Amino acid sequence: MAVAGEARLNGPAAAAAPAAPTFWFERIPAALWATGAVLLFMPAIAGDFVLFQIFGWTFILGIIALSLMFLAGYGGMVSLIQMTVAGLAGYMVAILGPSGTEQVSLGLAWWIYVPAAILIATLFGTLVGALAVRTEGIYTIMITLAIASAFFYFTRQNYTIFNGYNGFTLVVPPALFGIDWRRPVPFYYLSLACAALCYAAVVYVARAPFGLALQGVRDNARRMAALGYNVVAHRILAYSFASVLASVGGILLVWQNAQIAPGTAGIPAVIDILVIAVVGGLRRPVGPFIGALIYVLLSTFAPDVLTTFGLAPDRFKLIVGIGFLAAVYFSPDGVLGLWDRLMARRAKRADPLTGAPR
Amino acid sequence: MPSFVERRPLTSLFILVVVGVLAWLILAPWPPGVTAVMGPKRVFLAAVLSGITLGALYFLVASGFTLIFGLMRNVNLAHGSLYLLGGYLGFEIADRTGSWLLAFPVVFVLVALLGVVLQYAVFRRMEGEELRQTLVTIGLSIVIADLLLAIWGGRSYQILTPDFLAGPMELPLITAVRPSGEAVYLRYPRVRIWILIAAIAVGIGMWLVINRTRIGMLIRAGVDDREMLAASGLPVQLVFVLVFAFGAGLAGVAGIVGGTFQSLSPGEDTRFLLASLVVVIVGGMGSITGAALGALIVGLTEQIGLVYAPTYSVVFTFLLMAAVLAFRPQGLLGQRR
Repeated sequence: MAVAGEARLNGPAAAAAPAAPTFWFERIPAALWATGAVLLFMPAIAGDFVLFQIFGWTFILGIIALSLMFLAGYGGMVSLIQMTVAGLAGYMVAILGPSGTEQVSLGLAWWIYVPAAILIATLFGTLVGALAVRTEGIYTIMITLAIASAFFYFTRQNYTIFNGYNGFTLVVPPALFGIDWRRPVPFYYLSLACAALCYAAVVYVARAPFGLALQGVRDNARRMAALGYNVVAHRILAYSFASVLASVGGILLVWQNAQIAPGTAGIPAVIDILVIAVVGGLRRPVGPFIGALIYVLLSTFAPDVLTTFGLAPDRFKLIVGIGFLAAVYFSPDGVLGLWDRLMARRAKRADPLTGAPR
Repeated sequence: MPSFVERRPLTSLFILVVVGVLAWLILAPWPPGVTAVMGPKRVFLAAVLSGITLGALYFLVASGFTLIFGLMRNVNLAHGSLYLLGGYLGFEIADRTGSWLLAFPVVFVLVALLGVVLQYAVFRRMEGEELRQTLVTIGLSIVIADLLLAIWGGRSYQILTPDFLAGPMELPLITAVRPSGEAVYLRYPRVRIWILIAAIAVGIGMWLVINRTRIGMLIRAGVDDREMLAASGLPVQLVFVLVFAFGAGLAGVAGIVGGTFQSLSPGEDTRFLLASLVVVIVGGMGSITGAALGALIVGLTEQIGLVYAPTYSVVFTFLLMAAVLAFRPQGLLGQRR
């Protein structure tokens, strides 16, 4: 299955590959070029609100959900810890770097606190992964959910490090190259660049030996162990890699909001990431970004839509919940799955020459 | 039991010492040296009793959770929502009819009916797809939580304790000895003691049903091998529905109990879901005795931690869970499958 999945991922380009030596950028599908071009020139047509609130937030949630997609799609481990890892990275930025809460924040330079935040959050994610891989399937969900809730309650009660209920405010990105990175256009490009990097990293790792072995572990752990692969190490390493992605998302998130509080990584937020990844689709790395866009659009415009239909504007969660239920119920592999099935149905249509079904 | 002692002499000794120390701390009047280290005995006793009664509440919630999991392999992450729904319904019934006791059967039946609907309409259609079932329960918990918020709002409710359970009662536990030689006994809320007794009764009842009756035999057989049971031509679906209804109803009733000695507000659903998760992870999946042991340990850890190290009490619960996972992944009383 792993091999079949790979062939599908590469698409027609992979089939054509043996014909002639091609440059790596020629193998990138046209759709990706088009999406990239549209996203690059988006600031020319879109307003500040769309850039900062809609797309910035989409990229951030997409990155965090991407880390879940990597674990769930390639590793077969549905982990609910990713938002917590992101939250921890955000907290570390606020604690190690400058913030409005001066009695706690250390105010170090950005080139110290950004790597340190990623490192600490990755360590945490790896530790949780080491615990979680002792279990399988639904147990993993339960254990990661329990740890995520413990983190939430801990940050809410601890004032010496996490500043309790209030959290941190005025956490802004460093003014690198004299640019205020929280302005809509720079922030849009910053988050776009991070999202593109993370996307590329996942695509690359999924085809690298490690990613292939991970998919083998997902499909048949016992056989991979018999082949001499260290199953547990592969799984834990997958958690580490996913934690790096999640912490990048977390740092962007704290910069976008300019604040962080326990609710940032609260249980609803943890569940939201799962909703985003599942609604988008867990099969391919683009799924989480689609899911995130749907989620962001819903959460931004649902109040307006609800008011037009005469409902209370704060019932937005209901819509998200019902949408999620519908997705799980009717299309377990998300929007991407719907798309794939549509394509498959089109391909199965009668042959135009003979009229016989293909 | 003797076989366990023979197999694990060191573990048994450790458990014996821990239980012994706890029993001494609870029963004996404290010498001044202990009081100097741990504060007055009254505080410690109150923490222990709160832990035990909280454990009783956790047991009521978690036993349904673990039963459903053991039989249907369905991690019902909407279990906390059923708890909160039961609590709100119980509040309304107790408030309108003025009868606290009446709320119990009515809420049990109502929430159990919801459980039947869920099992028939949702979970039966995706049998065997554990992950999908779990995701559906997450979706359900989001929807139910928002509906509850829409109906009952964000404020916190407390169900009034009925008159015959109100006030404190004196327990035969010595907190201190007066200089005159007269012993001071602990006073503790009567309602909590009765909830503890009720939870123990429910636990014993469940144990008896599962181990001594025909339906219990079916349930145990289903936990061990669901496919074989179905292949034997027994009404597996009926057993599933009954167990789901019972587990859901129990969560609803626990909501009334929780609403009486704590409070009901949005967010309590996730708190109790988390508690159930930790309890069954510690105690062992699908085991009623495990749920009882886990609930007791988690309740005690939480309350004693809350008294002696308020900031880190959540961490203690978590550390407990991590330790169990690290050394005994199937839970204290769980069986490896």
